[in-house]
Amino acid sequence: MDRLEALEAQSVYILREAYAKFKSLVMLWSIGKDSTVMLWMARKAFGGHVPFPLVHIDTGYKIPEMIKYRDKLAIELGLNMVIGQNKQALREKNTFPDGKLNRIECCKALKTTALRNTLSGEWPRYRLDHHKKKYVLDEDKEPYTGVIVGVRADEEGTRSKERYFSPRDKNNDWDVADQPPELWNQFKTDFAPNTHLRIHPLLDWTELDIWLYIQKENIPVTSLYLAKNGKRYRSLGCYPCTKPVDSNADTIAKIVEELRSGKFSNIAERSGRDQDKEDGGGLETLRLDGYM
Amino acid sequence: MRAEKEQMNIVLVGHVDHGKSTVVGRLLADTDSLPKGKLQQVKDYCKNNAKTFEYAFLLDALKAEQSQGVTIDSARCFFKSKKREYIIIDAPGHIEFLKNMISGAARAEAAILVIDAQEGIQENSKRHAYMLSLLGIRQVLVAVNKMDLVDYSQERFDKVKQDFTGFLEGIGIKPRDFIPVSAREGDNVASNSKNLSWFKGDTVLEAIDHFEKEPLPEDKEFRMPIQGVYKFTNLGDDRRIIGGRVETGTLKAGDKVVFLPSYKTSTVQSIEEFNVSGKKSISAGESTGFTLTEQVFATRGDIACKASEPPPYVGRLFKASIFWMGKKPLELDKEYKLKLTTSEAKVRVTEITGVLNSSSLESAKAPEVKRHEVADCVIESKVPLAFDTFKAMKSTGRFVLVDEYEIRGGGIITEPLEDEESATREQISLREQKWDPGSIGFRERSLKYGQFPTLMLITGPSGVDKKSIAKQLERTLFDQGRSPYFLGIGNLLRGLDADIDKERRQEHIRRLGEVSHLLLDAGLIVVATASDLTEPEIRLLRTIINQDFIITANVGDFTNGNGVIDVFLDENDGVEANANKLLGKLSSNNNIFSR
Repeated sequence: MDRLEALEAQSVYILREAYAKFKSLVMLWSIGKDSTVMLWMARKAFGGHVPFPLVHIDTGYKIPEMIKYRDKLAIELGLNMVIGQNKQALREKNTFPDGKLNRIECCKALKTTALRNTLSGEWPRYRLDHHKKKYVLDEDKEPYTGVIVGVRADEEGTRSKERYFSPRDKNNDWDVADQPPELWNQFKTDFAPNTHLRIHPLLDWTELDIWLYIQKENIPVTSLYLAKNGKRYRSLGCYPCTKPVDSNADTIAKIVEELRSGKFSNIAERSGRDQDKEDGGGLETLRLDGYM
Repeated sequence: MRAEKEQMNIVLVGHVDHGKSTVVGRLLADTDSLPKGKLQQVKDYCKNNAKTFEYAFLLDALKAEQSQGVTIDSARCFFKSKKREYIIIDAPGHIEFLKNMISGAARAEAAILVIDAQEGIQENSKRHAYMLSLLGIRQVLVAVNKMDLVDYSQERFDKVKQDFTGFLEGIGIKPRDFIPVSAREGDNVASNSKNLSWFKGDTVLEAIDHFEKEPLPEDKEFRMPIQGVYKFTNLGDDRRIIGGRVETGTLKAGDKVVFLPSYKTSTVQSIEEFNVSGKKSISAGESTGFTLTEQVFATRGDIACKASEPPPYVGRLFKASIFWMGKKPLELDKEYKLKLTTSEAKVRVTEITGVLNSSSLESAKAPEVKRHEVADCVIESKVPLAFDTFKAMKSTGRFVLVDEYEIRGGGIITEPLEDEESATREQISLREQKWDPGSIGFRERSLKYGQFPTLMLITGPSGVDKKSIAKQLERTLFDQGRSPYFLGIGNLLRGLDADIDKERRQEHIRRLGEVSHLLLDAGLIVVATASDLTEPEIRLLRTIINQDFIITANVGDFTNGNGVIDVFLDENDGVEANANKLLGKLSSNNNIFSR
């Protein structure tokens, strides 16, 4: 059993445990490569099907190709797609850069707050109607109690402290100092009312593992990752805060090479994400607060 | 960015201040595994703040490291040798040792135990060693640190080695090396040392390269705990996939499988994995799935085994060694939830045979197990579990205990014990092995009848009217289009049971069970009444009939035991209300459903 097979086996195991234990389970799909691999892993776990809703928090600032790709794949695979959005902040221009907020505040409003209220069911959710091929208001307002998130431990400091099953209290807060024990693949699956759990099937994966797996399984990812005119996105987000990197890697094989021994073998993946740089430990601040 | 080299998890343990962090700091520095400039940065910081530089500071500096894509956290750091890549799990605060450390150490394949040459063996040297033994970590290296403080004395080293070897032997650990080191001076960590020229063995770095990757347990008996049975008929997929991870052994299409604790048997039709075709066999480590030729009732928590191989134990009673992490002590006779692979059961500790003094290794009887203590005890489960001993099969021989939503303890099974139903279970095992199924499967029947075969067993004191409730329930079910059958115990007594004395109550119960079993196999909902059933009798019935197929109700007070009655009825509520209550139970349990 090689490294990728072992990683896959563990991720599938975690997804199946989550499915068995949570009645109200969803997977966050950011449209990026990691959560798309995770989506693929769900199909591995459940005989080709994805038996829970996929939630996307649409900031309204996503690179347009991402949204196009999302809906194309959702229709192709018959996914149960749910969208949440901070409509008020967008309407009142409480955003960055064309509003009053700085990058971190904008992330908080469009992602963290939108996510929190979409998960709790307090804000409207929009579900993809596969007959009409468009999003319609979702009647279901039940809070989601199990939330599958595609974070990897190697992304940055805070994420490396995560457990596979990580509790959040009713304010969405994460107590880094007092985490539940996790041993022998026994996870925290019992939880008090008003709390929910984040589930992290990709915790042990590295950026290189993700690309090797995409290559091995031939997973469809958005073409934004492939170089055009000497530029490609290494990490996807909102266009005001995500810059493409200089690269000529226009195939998956070239991306793998670039990460393995080429120009990116020693440069952090999120180096193109500006919100990480602002506020020093910006991401940690966001994360303690419920950011993905 | 990590390369795809072989990886190994190593945990560092030892008493406080014996120099674990210094050893890790040295390993990172001397193998060039630190981010560029980090060493100098920390040295400069020390100089500017009038502190003596210590290698241990490197770890603190790395822990503070944020968002630079360097794979380091509070518990884990990485370095490479020529042979492989290591993930070092460093023990954080000692009070939290069990909770945080076990989370990391449970994933380790090998351990470095650090002992201060001057201070010698301390309480935590022993406690940590004992935890390693309990977690099944057999590859251990002992680094006798701070040799510079004892003038690199061979005599001192030999003394520590001799003292500790005896202790480790007592707990089943045979260290592959004892190495004298001075992490501060760099002696024998990543390079040899002139100061220790009398020592001819490996450096720490060489020695860990000699640790062996444990092979996946493919040659052991097949065990696949079921995580779920997946069917997506609404998505046009008629497969019924038994999903789980193979913990040990191998299985191929055509093999006969047995599901424990129910003893149901069937044959593997196909291996089912998405985006994989033509796969014919599965083996240890794989998260996978298969379909069956005959659709027997198998469910999450069952362990799939191979009929041709020795099975795990099935029972409700076993001996175990446990460690406790809860702030409140583990109490005798209190109900906890046990999780063993994917099965769950309510259990209680019926006996604490000894709480271990991890230092002297002497154990003493105690009324409770306090936080951070280790104890031998007897555990009784309400329902039968399939398990192995930890010694024979790690993954199906260990469990955790949950209290108030949290995992508070862990344990390993050391010995199965006989319970009251052991003999009956033997017989049931034979019955199921040789069972000749008809041409209609369990699932097919179930879908056609819109019901899950169920024994609704109504008991209570004699003189209380149970039969009217039973017959009312039968009528209501029938009028709804279901297939119920009232089984009067008197009908058995003067028929099937006419050859045995009235006093042989257990045999009467056994026959009631076997007759019900046949009727359930025919797909019916059996409504039966029997007066004054006791806890052992109900357990016996639950052994003869798969526990998932039986619902028990009691009219009036139940004084014959604990935890075996599912629904309590009050005679004063009237026949109709009570029958409706039972109907509600069948419905909420999904024993009846729309076709």
